[in-house]
Amino acid sequence: MQGFEYANPATLKEATALLGNGWGDAAVLAGGTDLLTLMKEYLMSPKRVVNIKGIKELGGISKSGAGLRIGATVTVDELMSNAAVRAEYPSLVQAGRGITSPQIRNMGTVGGDLCQRPRCWYFRNGFGLLGVKDGKSLVREGENKYHAIFTGQPALFVSASSFGPALVALGAKVKLASASGTREVDAAKFFVAPQNEGAREIALLPNEILTEIVIPAARGAKNATYEVRHKDALDWPLAAASVSLSMKGATVASARVVLGHVAPTPHAAAAAESLLAGKTITEAVADEAGKAAVADAKPLSGNAYKVQLARVAVKRALLAAAGKA
Amino acid sequence: MVDYSWPPMNKRRVIGQRLNRLDGPAKSSGKAKYPTDVQRPGLLHAVILSSPHAHARVRSIDISAAQAMPGVEDIRVMSPAGTEIQWAGAEVAAIAARTEEIARDAARAIKVDYEVLPHLVKEDDLARAGNRAKAAGEQVTGDPDTVFRESGVVVHEGSYSIPVITHCCLEPHGSTIEYKGEKVEMWPSTQNVSGIGGDLARSLNIPVTNVSVHMDYMGGGFGSKFPADRWGTEGANMSKKTGKAVKLYLDRRQELTIGGVRPSAFAKVKIAARRDGTIVAWQSESWATGGVGGGGMPPIPYVFTNIPNKRLNHSAVSLNAGGARAWRAPNHAQACALTATAMEDLAAKLNMDSLEFMLKNANLTLRPETYRAQLQKAAELIEWKKYAHQRGDKTAGHIKQGLGIGFSTWGGAGHASNCRANIHPDGSVEVELGSQDIGTATRTAIAMVAAETLGIPVEQVKVKIGENSYPASGASGGSTTIGGVSSSTRKAAMNALDKLMDVVAASLNVPKDNLEAVDQRIQVKGNPDKAMTFKAACQKLGVKSISEMGTNDPKNPGGLNSQGASGVQMAHVSVDIETGVVRMNKFVAVQDCGLVVNPKTAESQVYGACIMNICAGLMEERVMDQITGRVLNADMEFYKLAGIKDIGEIVVHMDITPEHDRKGIIGLGEPPAIAGPAAISNAVANAIGVRVPGLPMTPERVLKALYGERSLA
Repeated sequence: MQGFEYANPATLKEATALLGNGWGDAAVLAGGTDLLTLMKEYLMSPKRVVNIKGIKELGGISKSGAGLRIGATVTVDELMSNAAVRAEYPSLVQAGRGITSPQIRNMGTVGGDLCQRPRCWYFRNGFGLLGVKDGKSLVREGENKYHAIFTGQPALFVSASSFGPALVALGAKVKLASASGTREVDAAKFFVAPQNEGAREIALLPNEILTEIVIPAARGAKNATYEVRHKDALDWPLAAASVSLSMKGATVASARVVLGHVAPTPHAAAAAESLLAGKTITEAVADEAGKAAVADAKPLSGNAYKVQLARVAVKRALLAAAGKA
Repeated sequence: MVDYSWPPMNKRRVIGQRLNRLDGPAKSSGKAKYPTDVQRPGLLHAVILSSPHAHARVRSIDISAAQAMPGVEDIRVMSPAGTEIQWAGAEVAAIAARTEEIARDAARAIKVDYEVLPHLVKEDDLARAGNRAKAAGEQVTGDPDTVFRESGVVVHEGSYSIPVITHCCLEPHGSTIEYKGEKVEMWPSTQNVSGIGGDLARSLNIPVTNVSVHMDYMGGGFGSKFPADRWGTEGANMSKKTGKAVKLYLDRRQELTIGGVRPSAFAKVKIAARRDGTIVAWQSESWATGGVGGGGMPPIPYVFTNIPNKRLNHSAVSLNAGGARAWRAPNHAQACALTATAMEDLAAKLNMDSLEFMLKNANLTLRPETYRAQLQKAAELIEWKKYAHQRGDKTAGHIKQGLGIGFSTWGGAGHASNCRANIHPDGSVEVELGSQDIGTATRTAIAMVAAETLGIPVEQVKVKIGENSYPASGASGGSTTIGGVSSSTRKAAMNALDKLMDVVAASLNVPKDNLEAVDQRIQVKGNPDKAMTFKAACQKLGVKSISEMGTNDPKNPGGLNSQGASGVQMAHVSVDIETGVVRMNKFVAVQDCGLVVNPKTAESQVYGACIMNICAGLMEERVMDQITGRVLNADMEFYKLAGIKDIGEIVVHMDITPEHDRKGIIGLGEPPAIAGPAAISNAVANAIGVRVPGLPMTPERVLKALYGERSLA
């Protein structure tokens, strides 16, 4: 691990002033559950590490008429224990449950969950975000059982974020701050499929800090997350789905269906969403929606099974949201 | 002549008790110091620079930039120019520095120019192995061809496999070494306290008497931690050069890449039985790898060895991957995974209950009575009658349940072991052995044997192990420790007691042969009134302690230990046929191992093995990448191991009977770590109605077996 300067700012203003314009200038430290590994593996070697855990304004969960504000340094455990979250956003609690290490739930933050780097084993072995060596895509030609099944682009890793799909489905916004001001990005646009090796998988810039997440009021919308997991203990889901259903009586007025761990970003399944509008959720409808959600999947040489898993995840998330699981 | 034999079962006061392990509190409180915890003044931290290529020749290596870095104290080139690297992860250089971070930065500053050579790192497709596969000679018994053609014979053919897995020791391989003048102090994580010093001495060309080895506790070896290794040698060299202690342990990635693996095994099996279920013929074409050296044929057909007609062919496949080391029960889990699965498939083809099928064929084993009894006991514990069904759970819904069987055998005779027992005038007792407790409660067992023999409480025995200055005792491998150390401890304690009884006999004026040691007394047999307390007897020694040796000679164990353990394991699983996810409901292990010193710690050892079985059955495999030649999951993230929520209910039944007890002590390290993967594979087949040919039972493999690769996409 290369030596670095450690900064411990007390305010957001101080913190943003410590960041630079390049990724190598500074790294933001919150829970550290990903950053430390990245630094030990020399995948990130920042000159400065900026600890934001001491910045009060980045913490806390508060509810208002407009919705729910979640501070970036709220831990996974804090989020899952919050009464408002538990009451209105079961999809977040269910996604949090998928982070199966109590240590990570205690240390890891919601902001960190969104900003963590992909777990692609070629990336983690030092072959870059796109995993290209000598002009060959290592992912396409190598071992890809945990990789993307929506594969129409150069990036074939899967977004590691546990909360991303749920936040996209809930229509959340992500607030970013830099020394020159703040901006707000739709959660759906926060995640980006990088088109070249130098690009990042999130919209955050090197001089910005993710400060908070704002989820619009649920207004009776039903939501759920379902993860297909190989292991119950510490493991990444093989495929996941988060859904949010605005209801009109027993029928779906509008639906958001977002897949996780199947693409470089949380993957909105538009075909499933339109199929659900005006329907009552039954096992058959849920299954149809699952089928529609993966209709345009193009799996790699070793992960066709994930198409089936994504389909089942959608079905089960819908049934859970409708209280029929 | 002292009679060393074990007291009869009903006369034992300590042996057979369910005692907690003596070092449990120290281990669970963190008080126990492991080799990786050792701190020395001025300690240097060393790391290994590994080859990124699976096959390459080193053209040149330039350490100058690294050497110039502040804090770097020594660099040893381990693969000089001209060296042919045979696997990714192979050691290229060792770097010692003031901190681990500096050492790692320096490792990255070493410039190595490689000529990259072609490599092969996958063996699943034998056809692609080409000349890297070396066929062993064919072995034929009886006339399999004729039998396979006979009418009235039902033949099943199938493919089965179990992948390479790693030891993944929680404490990685390595040691801390400190040269002091000519003397070398070594704190290794080892299974071989008495032997590792000699191994290091040979590599350094110094007398073995110059090496002192210290190890109180260690964090897992499973068969992979016997030698000093090149890491030990270079750590010692760097300590000699710098005059400081050097700590050199593999990092996690290296631990899973070069710390040792269990070889794979693949086979195409043809097996035949008469319609009544009697197995009559076996044919297998197997292949395996354990790295560059290939991989030997597992002992198949396993346990049911007396199948009258057999044809065996095997190829050893040489890969550019980290080499094999013994992994609990070398080649037995593989043998079971190829045999029990094919047998269960044949039973399904015959529409026979697999339990009935195994019972029917028990005569083909070396211990029919034992296996029959164990099959029945395991069946009772897993509620076979309640849950058994023909292949394929026909109940509605997407969760299917199934039962499966595996079986095992192992030797487990005691190794060569020497023990010194000291009885001091103040009544304190020490037993000294150059042995080790690798997590198996050896320390506790030694104390129990000494306490039983001397008629004193376990707490009164000070067990001194973990130093090579103590009487030499064998390495802990092959389930040999408990038999070895218990026998040598028994003999040493008996010899010491015999000397103490000389004193008591004279004092009480009775013949020595009439005395016994029980309840902290030396007494006339059966007569507590004619007695002297153990302490009073010791006081009669005056200023002279008793110090007596005891030896276990493997060629003549004198009935104290023997070999030949049997075991049966059963799995009850639920499979989600929409996701392919397998969950353990219950796992049952029935195991004999002769005389059991401490049923509680024995059970504990079997529990550990069951968890390893579940890992290997459901999730554990090394993932190799043919393009880069690397191990892709050399971490604890995608090298998947079970957590507490993944293991279900585990039921352990130690098969303790007078018949087994009469055999003396038999080792327990390997026997329970064999049958599980096969049992789990069989349970999945029973649940879903089709065989998942390759272990582990991942969602990917289960779905592929259920629906075929194409229909999934």
